[in-house]
Amino acid sequence: MKITKLNKNTIFKNGTIYDPYNQKKFKGDLLVSNGKIKQIGKVDYPKDAKIINCEGLIVTHGFCDIHVHFREPGREDKETLVTGAKAALAGGFTRVCVMPNTDPPLDDPESIRFIVEKAAETPVHIHPIGAISKGQKGSEITEMGAMKDEGAIAFSDDGIPVQNAYVMRLALEYGKMIGVPIINHAEDIPLRNEGVMNESEVSTRLGLVGNPDMAEAIMIQRDLDIAETVSSKLHVPHVSTKKAVNLIEKMKAQYSYITAEVTPHHLYFNDSALTTYDTNLKVAPPIRSEKDRKSLISALKNGIIDCIVTDHAPHTIEEKEAPFELAPFGMIGLESCFGAVNKILVKNNGFKIEKLIDLLTINPRQIMGFDSNLFNIGCEAEITVIDPQEEWTFSKNDIYSRSINSPFLSEKLKGKVKFTIVKGMLAEV
Amino acid sequence: MMTEKHLLGLEGYPAENIETIIDTAFGFREVLERPIKKVPSLQGKTIVNLFYENSTRTRISFELAQKRLSADTINFSASSSSVNKGESFKDTVQNIEAMKIDAIVMRHPHPGAPLHLTKFVDAVVINAGDGTHEHPTQAILDLMSLKEHFGKIKGLKVGIIGDISHSRVALSNIHGLINLGAKVTLCGPPTLIPKYIEKLGVNISYNVDEVMDWADAINVLRIQMERMGVGLFPSTREYRNLFGITHERLNKHNKKLVIMHPGPMNRGVEIDSNVADSEQAIILDQVLNGVASRMAILYLLLGGKQEEN
Repeated sequence: MKITKLNKNTIFKNGTIYDPYNQKKFKGDLLVSNGKIKQIGKVDYPKDAKIINCEGLIVTHGFCDIHVHFREPGREDKETLVTGAKAALAGGFTRVCVMPNTDPPLDDPESIRFIVEKAAETPVHIHPIGAISKGQKGSEITEMGAMKDEGAIAFSDDGIPVQNAYVMRLALEYGKMIGVPIINHAEDIPLRNEGVMNESEVSTRLGLVGNPDMAEAIMIQRDLDIAETVSSKLHVPHVSTKKAVNLIEKMKAQYSYITAEVTPHHLYFNDSALTTYDTNLKVAPPIRSEKDRKSLISALKNGIIDCIVTDHAPHTIEEKEAPFELAPFGMIGLESCFGAVNKILVKNNGFKIEKLIDLLTINPRQIMGFDSNLFNIGCEAEITVIDPQEEWTFSKNDIYSRSINSPFLSEKLKGKVKFTIVKGMLAEV
Repeated sequence: MMTEKHLLGLEGYPAENIETIIDTAFGFREVLERPIKKVPSLQGKTIVNLFYENSTRTRISFELAQKRLSADTINFSASSSSVNKGESFKDTVQNIEAMKIDAIVMRHPHPGAPLHLTKFVDAVVINAGDGTHEHPTQAILDLMSLKEHFGKIKGLKVGIIGDISHSRVALSNIHGLINLGAKVTLCGPPTLIPKYIEKLGVNISYNVDEVMDWADAINVLRIQMERMGVGLFPSTREYRNLFGITHERLNKHNKKLVIMHPGPMNRGVEIDSNVADSEQAIILDQVLNGVASRMAILYLLLGGKQEEN
């Protein structure tokens, strides 16, 4: 990947331009001047312009991932804001939201300010998600108002579910006042037990403790009920089960402030892939059954799930080389995201490519309240250029994260990010 | 001939291999009855017993099997604290392998650890129990004991009684028995029977008397107090009332039900003393067959020379 400063004038020539905000697709050129969108469709050709041939490529909004872990502060050996930002660029993401499960966690205005200041030095836009509770302990809500003022975009205790329903109610009520979504890792802790993978025939065969699908469903039902009761915005992270999809569908029909996300790995794998005890497939929530996987795909198709997030979660190779039960949960996902979801959704399940782009651009931006009309003239250029046809095999060379814990290594993917443009920079992937 | 390099578990393990092991083991059984119980079959081979978890009988059984075959053996016990770092596991085994060894017999508290080990070493790996996953050599000795008693495995009706969820013995026995054509019924409290296990081709019953009526043999598992979270069953009294193989219970069943137990036994909990010591129990045969079948496994996997004396 080559990252350079954008020329004063850069023309993306002869591409298929897809503007998800206006739902318009057409052949044409796009001129970026001084890092801003200057002209779209038919453009002037300034003498000094750098011309990038986009024949056969799609020129669209920069992708936005509202659920990543960049490990800073505390575990810079796994990832930093800078290395995470490079991984984002490689995956076509111009904007990401980082989760607060750092060490220390992002649970006060000062730590939010730290991220915002550090993020300014990185090549993508990074927004912190603040912790719901002090120390992610689930007992006392954080200073959400002051944290929002410093730049917190949403609130979540990330991998630690808010087990106490009363605290969840308080967080949702408080979140309503400041107008931010509340995100709760949906697993009932006692029911999840020591589960390290989906409870299924596979977990029984492997002798591993299973995490049942009802652990997710029960927590989501609780959160949906509370959100509706207090009229607040709830965003359900990384939905993994058919049961959860059904609950979200039902609630969405009667209450509109519910949104939900899904990860590429829950769309791509099912739990039979774990028979080799591959610790790179150990994630929370776990990779579920084929029935669940299929229901997630149709939930995306039907708009029950609103967006795709990677839950990019770097871990060291030493930690991941441990026996399955001891290895930490999580996988990286930014670099492999588009190739994986394009293969699963567009190639294998008949999605229109425009629909997939919506799931990676306007939908996540609207959940977080970011500007999503990015091809407005004069806007900062946040552009991703993709080749939807290219078939490639994901390898270590494609990884820019500081960690390499990916089960997509050696997988044949379809669709590749070619250029990512943001903050006046051009990344040639 | 064996078609697999390692013995990691009996799931998907070829039935012919199991039969070859058992046939070979009966040969070694004879050796064990001789005044001089040693053969030179594995002379010059080096085997490491890598025990990350405490074990008495499995470890002694393996060691004895190795000594009877004239192999050089090294014992390694890892303290549980060093197990908690994945890196040290890799380093430990690669260091051991660097010393030029032929096989590793490993007991480990975590499922999948033996498969994991095969990624780091070239030596033959034999699983001596991996957490709640499998314990294939125990199942093979159980199969051998059944074959010794009944003359065949195919068509036998075997009940496995007790804590199925936390038992590697149960899982390996299920795979081995089904593989060789036996019928299996699991019996225990529902809290100790994993969901979906019926997909392995077994029946489930919560009534131990019914299972004792049905079965030719029952394998009574140890209630593993140390593995249990709280509340999986209410009390040992309740367990004994519902599932204990008591003298009274056994007397209700007039046929010659064969009783097995992988040990160590909690006498008076899952099995009564006078049941364990009765003529119907083949528990001590299992122990002797354990040595013979482990000799056979080592001999076959390490390509031992034909007996020369």
